[in-house]
Amino acid sequence: MIATLAPLQSLVLVLAALGAPAVVLTRDPLRMIFVNGLYGLVLVVLFVVFGAPDVALSMLVVTTVAYPLVILIAVARVRDRE
Amino acid sequence: MTRRARIGVFLAAGAALGALLLWAYAGLPGFGHYRGPYGFVLNRIATPERHVTNVVNATTYDIRGFDTLGEEYILFAAVVGVVLLLRGRSGHRDAGDRVHSDLVRAGGTIMVGGVALVGLWLVAFGFVTPGGGFQGGVVVAAGLLLLYLAVGYRAWSAAGDERHLDPLEAIGAGGYVVVGLVALAIGLPFLKNMLGGGDSGTIWSGGSASFVNWAAAIEVAAANLVLYSEFLKQYIVPIARRRG
Repeated sequence: MIATLAPLQSLVLVLAALGAPAVVLTRDPLRMIFVNGLYGLVLVVLFVVFGAPDVALSMLVVTTVAYPLVILIAVARVRDRE
Repeated sequence: MTRRARIGVFLAAGAALGALLLWAYAGLPGFGHYRGPYGFVLNRIATPERHVTNVVNATTYDIRGFDTLGEEYILFAAVVGVVLLLRGRSGHRDAGDRVHSDLVRAGGTIMVGGVALVGLWLVAFGFVTPGGGFQGGVVVAAGLLLLYLAVGYRAWSAAGDERHLDPLEAIGAGGYVVVGLVALAIGLPFLKNMLGGGDSGTIWSGGSASFVNWAAAIEVAAANLVLYSEFLKQYIVPIARRRG
């Protein structure tokens, strides 16, 4: 049982706390996809250092492939209509 | 409502939510002091009773396999919803999006096989090491999506063809239930693990839960591919139209 936070765990928690507002505060959808991808990778590391590699594997694909694809195409469609 | 009133309502609601959250967090057990009894029970029984070394997968597809059935159908329903909204537009096969870089084409094509293989490996060894049907399924689908990125829409449309993806998704979703019904038919509870545990730490472990694991993998991979396919059509059609 882990009783205290390891330094790596604290670092990743801080990065996650900084990353989430960064995603929200990025107003341009295209930039937001990249910022969100980086934030997703921080969450992947977070799941690994907190002992949940199963979740990290799903998160890795969802955050770097599935989610950006859906948003990119939605943005392309909206810009096409304008 | 005026802007002032809206901000006032937000501040009041935000303060109330913040106070409740702080109150809830203050009552949590300390870091690393896990209090739920089930985790300890699962860690103790997964290997001796079920011959499974990845306790997460034993929990997901065996011990609470019925919950995962519900989760699988959430994904199924979500993808059916996307199909209902978006299908009907036929993707233009020649979208004029040929990839001109040889490096991207060659590297990407090699990656298709590599990533799909990693996905299949994650499914097959789900009861041994981290992974399982869901994780492996999304990785396989992402690997095939590389066909679009590395070669172009024409190559992708063979893999993303709804005529074979729809039946595959149905087989995955239905197969999960069929394994459960087989247990019922021979007089056991629904989804009860049959066939014995097998050898722990090998690909032959997990008993009948490994069929459930594979059914979920097929469902998840096909569901993701259907999703990618419908969204890509949305993207490709306007490109083709613009170019005449």
